[in-house]
Amino acid sequence: MTVRTQDRVAVAGDQGVLAALKRLLPKRWYAHLVLWIACGLIGFPLFYAILVSTQNNSEVFAYQFTPGANFYANWDVVFNISKLSAYMVNSLIIAAAVTTGKVILSLLAGLAFVYFRFPGKWLVFGFVLITLMMPTEILIIALFRFVNSLGWGNTYIALIVPFIASATGSFLFRQHFANLPAELSEAAQLDGATPLQFLFRVLVPVSWNTIGALTVIQFVYVWNFYLWPALIIQGQERQVVQVGLRTLLGGDSAVRFGPMMLGAVAASIPPLIIFLLLQKQFMSGFAITRDK
Amino acid sequence: MDSSLPLLVAVLGAVLGGGLLGWSFRRASQSPALGAGIGAVAGVFGVGLFMAPLNFCTFEADRTTADNVFGVLLIAAGFLLIVLPVRWVALRLAAGQRLIGAQSTPGAFKGTVLPWLFLLPTLTVLVLFLYYPSFDTFRLSTLLARLGTPRTAFVCVNNYTRLIADTSYLNSLVLTLLISAAIVVIGLVLSLTVANFAYQPIKGAKIYRALLVWPYAISPAVAGVIFLILFNPTGGIINYFLGSLFNLKIPWLNDPAFAPWAIILASVWKSMGYNILFYLAGLQNVPNDLLEAAAIDGANALQRFVRIVVPMLSPITFFLVITNMTYAFFDTFGTIDYLTGGGPLSSTTTLMYRIYQVGIRNNDLGKASAESIILFVLVIGLTYLQFRGGERRVSYGA
Repeated sequence: MTVRTQDRVAVAGDQGVLAALKRLLPKRWYAHLVLWIACGLIGFPLFYAILVSTQNNSEVFAYQFTPGANFYANWDVVFNISKLSAYMVNSLIIAAAVTTGKVILSLLAGLAFVYFRFPGKWLVFGFVLITLMMPTEILIIALFRFVNSLGWGNTYIALIVPFIASATGSFLFRQHFANLPAELSEAAQLDGATPLQFLFRVLVPVSWNTIGALTVIQFVYVWNFYLWPALIIQGQERQVVQVGLRTLLGGDSAVRFGPMMLGAVAASIPPLIIFLLLQKQFMSGFAITRDK
Repeated sequence: MDSSLPLLVAVLGAVLGGGLLGWSFRRASQSPALGAGIGAVAGVFGVGLFMAPLNFCTFEADRTTADNVFGVLLIAAGFLLIVLPVRWVALRLAAGQRLIGAQSTPGAFKGTVLPWLFLLPTLTVLVLFLYYPSFDTFRLSTLLARLGTPRTAFVCVNNYTRLIADTSYLNSLVLTLLISAAIVVIGLVLSLTVANFAYQPIKGAKIYRALLVWPYAISPAVAGVIFLILFNPTGGIINYFLGSLFNLKIPWLNDPAFAPWAIILASVWKSMGYNILFYLAGLQNVPNDLLEAAAIDGANALQRFVRIVVPMLSPITFFLVITNMTYAFFDTFGTIDYLTGGGPLSSTTTLMYRIYQVGIRNNDLGKASAESIILFVLVIGLTYLQFRGGERRVSYGA
């Protein structure tokens, strides 16, 4: 690459100690330096949270930069007393349900938009498109009233059903299908396949990247739900992990940082795993507009 | 209220709408009469969009001037909201153009019922849980309503006019815009700088990238919890560093001057992964030969970055400005609730946090809904900009 040759020529042209020093350093050492600092700054909050999760308050206040001796005590508070694992199971259930449901509904919507001609398609398209302007957060009060009036208060259904369809999901697959070669559906029709057979035998196998991308977006989105479950779920039994973390804050008097940080770290592990596992699909499949 | 007022407004809407579309159709060499007809109907619906449900209450005899002005604004807004989209659709249809771009239908399946069946679940969910609550938010915003009591009272636009006079609301509005601007500017400048270095062909670039983008998966609430200890006034590690390096001790969470910065820094940290991800993707589209040509012409790395990379990335930047604004409006809620709870002295009470406080804690559904609608208008403005930006991106081919 010409750019790189240029840089090297410039380095060789310099004279003296500076040039010798530059030759000792790795190529583009400045980039390494900047990235080290950036990774360090971005990583520090989580690193420190992990560190504190092994400490008690006196170790925290002593700014001890080595692991403390209280990991098991903190673990006991988080998982045996506050039962964070139960909240995490709840979050897992609704995240898995919403993600699965949305992938299926979005595949069906994409199929209808791309592989069918029907009167009024543009109207339906516009109708779906407009919902991009309606963030659930704004509607939270009306939604709360409505979902309660359906008798769904304090149920998993209230956390799942309102979120299993969205413009983002439908358009993600619409766009993906529209870029596939027309021969696919022509061949399938010659073979006498029904639309659903075509969807699950032909389209799904060539759509894993898009499905992976939508899975990451949805899983992270639902796992991170906070305001809505805080309103619609009253008891502890079906509460999600982001709200459940509040039980670790304790009363006003004694904030115990160790359990709090352990809880925060534990609550971040499932979405991080999903994100890291599907990172490649996420990067290649996204033409995403919103996390909705 | 003068009983002839609705009729007068309707006639005005018909004349304005008819005139506008008739003129537009004539300029597009279409039948002006057809345009005028469509425009007149759209105009009547437009002026009545908000006023008919309100029963023209803003013009009743005992109303203040502020109410009257608000009513006129609502009439104008409804008019534009209906007539402009109708004009767009009608002009395209009249010219025989497609409405949704290149809609190739490769080897379409037969059947007109089947596609509706496939779309039915999606449409049902959207109608029940997005369209209906939107409509209901409008309705609630004209009422005095409380949770748990079925009785409500119609109060016209009082919930809105009360807000205009409410300094705590105006403070919150300004605060939200300032916090959003800070999150956008700081977050994007840092992200673009870091992404530009991570994009260079260096050893371990993949590892660096993975170590930079993971905060995408962290929740805003967890960000709040983690920064609670970083910013803690007594045991906080940030003050420990600032104290030993600069002898500074900043009351991050207890001082109204600093608390918004705690929210901003936590949010920038949490959203940087997402921003870097998109900038890395965008950098792949910056043509290498352009950079090489500039290098041969003697442009140094900084000049190449400022003159070529930044402008080439402007569509991505634009997209990220919108998504970060949306993040700042809504997703900061979890961070705020854990980190500051909206305080101290309401210094971190953003518009979204207020809606929660007014609607749920104070149980004033009407006022909270009016605040929701105003936030709604801001979001519609942002989305509109996003669409315009999207069009521009396509036409640049970047």
